[in-house]
Amino acid sequence: MKICYYPGCTLKTKARNLEEAGIEALRALDVELEELERWNCCGVVFSLADDDLLHLLAPIRDLIRVKDAGYDKVLTLCSMCYNTLARSNLVMKDNEEKRDTINSFMEEETDYFGDVQVMHLLNFLRDEIGWDKVKEQVKVPLKGLKVATNYGCTLTRPDEVGIDSAENPSVFEDFLAALGAEPIHFPAGTDCCGTYQVLGNPEAADDAAARIITSAADHGAEAIVSSCPLCEYNVGKRQAALLEKKDGLTELPSFYLTQLMAVAFGADPDALGFELNHVGSLPLLKEKVL
Amino acid sequence: MTLKITDVSHDDEFIRKLQEISGEDVSKCMQCGTCTGGCPMTDKMDGTPRQIMLLSHYGMKDKLAADNTVWLCATCNTCYARCPRGIEIPKVMEAIRQLKLRENINEIEPNQIPEELLEDAPQIAIVSCLRKNTS
Repeated sequence: MKICYYPGCTLKTKARNLEEAGIEALRALDVELEELERWNCCGVVFSLADDDLLHLLAPIRDLIRVKDAGYDKVLTLCSMCYNTLARSNLVMKDNEEKRDTINSFMEEETDYFGDVQVMHLLNFLRDEIGWDKVKEQVKVPLKGLKVATNYGCTLTRPDEVGIDSAENPSVFEDFLAALGAEPIHFPAGTDCCGTYQVLGNPEAADDAAARIITSAADHGAEAIVSSCPLCEYNVGKRQAALLEKKDGLTELPSFYLTQLMAVAFGADPDALGFELNHVGSLPLLKEKVL
Repeated sequence: MTLKITDVSHDDEFIRKLQEISGEDVSKCMQCGTCTGGCPMTDKMDGTPRQIMLLSHYGMKDKLAADNTVWLCATCNTCYARCPRGIEIPKVMEAIRQLKLRENINEIEPNQIPEELLEDAPQIAIVSCLRKNTS
């Protein structure tokens, strides 16, 4: 199967471990990612001001490119890109007045009516591939690996674009169970990690990230998995800085979902960019499953 | 919090603009406080999301301008997911932010962000921080 793929900015550099592992893992499922030509940054955050159409142009232009390339679906691995593309798409689908204004403003582009389906890797696996097929590909079951499922904000909220229930999602748990791991559902799993506040209000972000790590550890997790590069940064890569500031914080290795999938499918773990995650991530896998 | 409502404190034009930018009817809020209960940032906020809704309802723009609450809101949408009145509260927060940013006043100056964080943080952190805090 060939599917149109929108990477987003961060996946080419700081989160290349999310992308490279994803391409590798999906190849095992016979899914070929065709990267969208001339994609641009989606803008990261959906434009919330009702009178601000300008910030909708970037994500909508990406969706027009998908359509022009002959696809009716686009896959993302980054949950923030997913959310921004999906919400912008809904505007074009449901709001006739805004749609007309945007289409006439971008007169050099093909008229767009919100008819591309934006998918995240998790609902793509659940709805298009199926967990049974995922299970069939597992060569190195992640047996006994207790991983906390960090949904973050943008996969399940708001409801209009959520890939699962906002209050009690299970798609991440089903994913981990298919890989043979032991999913740890924990109360802070759908909380905000502090997101971009890490730059402007670092104390607020530190507290938010520490609450997630503590809640995961208290519920028996030995690692935490995310699908958002900002979550992975705040609760994973930046954990070393956090440990210096927060007494009694339990150290918790971190992964991207694609890395766990690639490892379970038998990929070479040394080629999955674990050096960009929490420092204990690869050692934990080597100790427990490899 | 005791609110003294006077002709001066109450600004109809502010309410009109707030509703226009947010697309939300703040008068639908019944002050149940569910938004505040689920908000992950309240311990750093001067006020609470519920108070922001009340101040917005009464058009008290000076009090809103002096409160850091809307700048700590990072649009996690927990309040929106739980609001029994279905109000998209993050849109109200955005409208209050926009009313300041549209006067060309930045909340965070890009050069205030420590260089080592800019080097280390993912691009999506930088783009979203500047989208939310600069004009």
